[in-house]
Amino acid sequence: MPTYQAQIYVTLRPSVLDPAGTAVQTGLHHMGFEGAQQVRIGKYIQLVLTAADEASARAQLDQMCDQLLTNPVIENYRFELAVNSPAATPA
Amino acid sequence: MNVSIIVFPGANCDRDAAYVTRDLLGQPTQMVWHEDRDLQNADLVIVPGGFSYGDYLRCGAIARFSPALQATVEHANRGGLVLGICNGFQILTEAGLLPGALVRNRDLHFVCDRVPLRVERTDLVWTHQYASAAVITLPIAHGEGCYYADADTLQALEDHQQVVFRYSDPAGKSTAADNPNGSLNHIAGICNRRGNVMGMMPHPERASDAVLGSTDGLTLFKSVVSRQLQPA
Repeated sequence: MPTYQAQIYVTLRPSVLDPAGTAVQTGLHHMGFEGAQQVRIGKYIQLVLTAADEASARAQLDQMCDQLLTNPVIENYRFELAVNSPAATPA
Repeated sequence: MNVSIIVFPGANCDRDAAYVTRDLLGQPTQMVWHEDRDLQNADLVIVPGGFSYGDYLRCGAIARFSPALQATVEHANRGGLVLGICNGFQILTEAGLLPGALVRNRDLHFVCDRVPLRVERTDLVWTHQYASAAVITLPIAHGEGCYYADADTLQALEDHQQVVFRYSDPAGKSTAADNPNGSLNHIAGICNRRGNVMGMMPHPERASDAVLGSTDGLTLFKSVVSRQLQPA
């Protein structure tokens, strides 16, 4: 079965305050980056997944995100999926 | 009343809770390891405070999948009593037993303090020994205790009187200055609609022995253990 490299981006829903993001933005302003706005801090998760095909990989990733990797009450997610090139696959 | 306390790797209030139910109130109390599905005929399940599984990913996110917690969800769905304290409250929201989520405190600090709370409901199994609209003081100790829910969920909570404890000033008035973590609607503790599941960020088990300075939390445990159990 093919293996896929998944890159998952988890972000806070827009309605959820992000005090850490606000603190980082303040820090950036103190550094002189006055133009930095709307700083939001999320999570990045990468994993390798073996699946029958891309549709199956996407379905499994949706389940992983809905059930564990994110909390849908406060977070959104999106992911990018690429077929692992044979060279990158351990023999 | 049979009390079972779930013990996760990283739990640190499990023994405090057991001290209250077993030693102060004389109730049969068992510790249930997270990998165990058998709740040992519990009438009351306590999901204690701490840092279950290191709070990796999100607070309570991984604890939710443990066999003991899955058994706790079934216990709750049968109408059994479940109390989640601090990390336990976070776990109950992650498990979907209570609505909303607990997110990073407004001011980013881990807050360790004693705070006044207004008791909003005294008709519950958890609170019937408190005076109506009582203001009590309980310890809090959390970094992610800011209660969040979307506007519809929040309205539904209020419409169904599911807010049990609210942060307030010592006179019982809720203001932003007396809200230690930015919780929406000053929420410190909520119950489900049925009232058999309650979660709260403050620690009643840390205010149950007079030698620690306060017994405001003992009233909660006295309330629940004094409940006349319905025959099965």
